[in-house]
Amino acid sequence: MSILNGADPLVLYGTTFPSRLLLGTARYPSPKVLESAVRAAAPAMLTVSLRRQAAGHNEIGGQDFWDLLGKLKVPFLPNTAGCHSLDEVFTTAMMAREVFGTEWIKLELIGDDYTLQPDTLGLVTAADKLLREGFKVLPYCTEDLVVCRRLIDVGCEAIMPWAAPIGTGKGPTNPYALRLLRERVQVPILVDAGIGVPSHACQVMEWGCDGVLLNTAVAQARDPVALAGAFRAAITAGRAAYLGGAMAERESAEASTPVVGTPFWHLDGG
Amino acid sequence: MQITINQAPFDLPEDATLEEALAQFGATPPYAVALNLEFVHRQRYGETILKANDSLEIVQPVAGG
Repeated sequence: MSILNGADPLVLYGTTFPSRLLLGTARYPSPKVLESAVRAAAPAMLTVSLRRQAAGHNEIGGQDFWDLLGKLKVPFLPNTAGCHSLDEVFTTAMMAREVFGTEWIKLELIGDDYTLQPDTLGLVTAADKLLREGFKVLPYCTEDLVVCRRLIDVGCEAIMPWAAPIGTGKGPTNPYALRLLRERVQVPILVDAGIGVPSHACQVMEWGCDGVLLNTAVAQARDPVALAGAFRAAITAGRAAYLGGAMAERESAEASTPVVGTPFWHLDGG
Repeated sequence: MQITINQAPFDLPEDATLEEALAQFGATPPYAVALNLEFVHRQRYGETILKANDSLEIVQPVAGG
């Protein structure tokens, strides 16, 4: 018997997902590698974006990318990457809903171009407006407890705190705050940004986070397909450790093999 | 008259509709449009009359994180 015998889906806004990994589609060496990485990761959702169309042709993204997305059959999570104002976020989200045919939106409101840190002062208003418009909002935020609380207050049914700035691969830079956040909020926590290696993903899952959103850590690996599979396994392992109730850390050694009956014990009187 | 499409100057006849602008630009589906930073639903392209100095953004799906 194990707690793992039961179903353990990720549930976001009432929708059930079989995976706890969300995967970005950017920065892969080729569309072919992206496709193979997606198959290896088997993600719950794929993040996608919108950029300007060039006159008369489609060199980046466009139809080829659209055809590939159709083939992968994974739900889309459009983002509002690069938006710096509430108006930009709202208009981008509306355009994304029309193009991608989904109400899911990864809310990104950037407050600092160097760190890509979310604008936490504007984030709650932006989330509120999108929720009222019928979007299922997954807000990219920091691990600030009060900001996360306010996001939940306006109706966000999940939050996406960073582990570290986007693309740094540093892993969780503020474990205390992330673990405290897990204790203090009930909605799913998806750690978004800053994860570098599978052990980072496993670690945050062991702390009780509900999922991980990755992009650079897979796409920029020497072998993205290998890392896609490794992250998938790490997230599964971390989740199992959390559900299974990993042992508490101790300061002193404690023999795992029984001491009673140890041969030669105290023969020298010591 | 002149408008901008994706921040580049673009010439159109007076009173051109958004639908005509998209055709002249050669917009290829899938795409979505914002006019002066406001989303325009695709059903409204034909009835939306453009004016000089309008700012049109035409976006398409791309990879994202």
